[in-house]
Amino acid sequence: MKVLCFGIARDIAGASEIKITTEEVQSVSQLRRYLEEQFPKFQSINQYMVAINEAYAEDTTEIKSSDHIAIIPPVSGG
Amino acid sequence: MDSSIDIQILDQALSIDQCYDYVIHESCGGICLFVGTVRNHNKGEDVKYLEFESYKSMAIKEIHKICLIAKEQFHTQSIAVHHRLGHVEITEKAVIIAVSTVHRKNAFQACEFIIDKLKKTVPIWKREFLENGSYWVNATP
Repeated sequence: MKVLCFGIARDIAGASEIKITTEEVQSVSQLRRYLEEQFPKFQSINQYMVAINEAYAEDTTEIKSSDHIAIIPPVSGG
Repeated sequence: MDSSIDIQILDQALSIDQCYDYVIHESCGGICLFVGTVRNHNKGEDVKYLEFESYKSMAIKEIHKICLIAKEQFHTQSIAVHHRLGHVEITEKAVIIAVSTVHRKNAFQACEFIIDKLKKTVPIWKREFLENGSYWVNATP
């Protein structure tokens, strides 16, 4: 699956898109665990959200490989 | 997209006239405009300029959700929300919100509601460039 990274998440991941091949990531909470293992700096930023198909998702939301997934660090528009 | 709502996320300078002209309506007695501008300081530091980035497709959906709530709560006739992207200099416009309503009070309230919500939920990020380096606003404790 592909995960889009914006703002500080892009800086931490070192890319605007990361590919996850493991079968272990099937929910938002599993994605968080995976990200924080691969990129420990995710633990040092303020609470980030995960969007599935362009809408905010809960930790329990399931993820399918066809979903559009994005890491949404704290927003600061306006 | 609701036909009384205009949302744009743009790489070029924002136009107050364009937002104003979109919301003007013969049934309305009030138009409220909020313009967010780039200031030259934050938290005691001199700010040189900003850069905005967004998850554009989702940002438009989130702004639309906010506008639909505002329309329902404050009986707005029309709403325009234009947000800037990319490199933005001090004093330039970062965001414009224009709202038309029959009576003025709802226009003021809707405008404030929309900017407050936008700042909380819309996936747009601001990077501040200072004399010595830069940082993502709100990103770290």
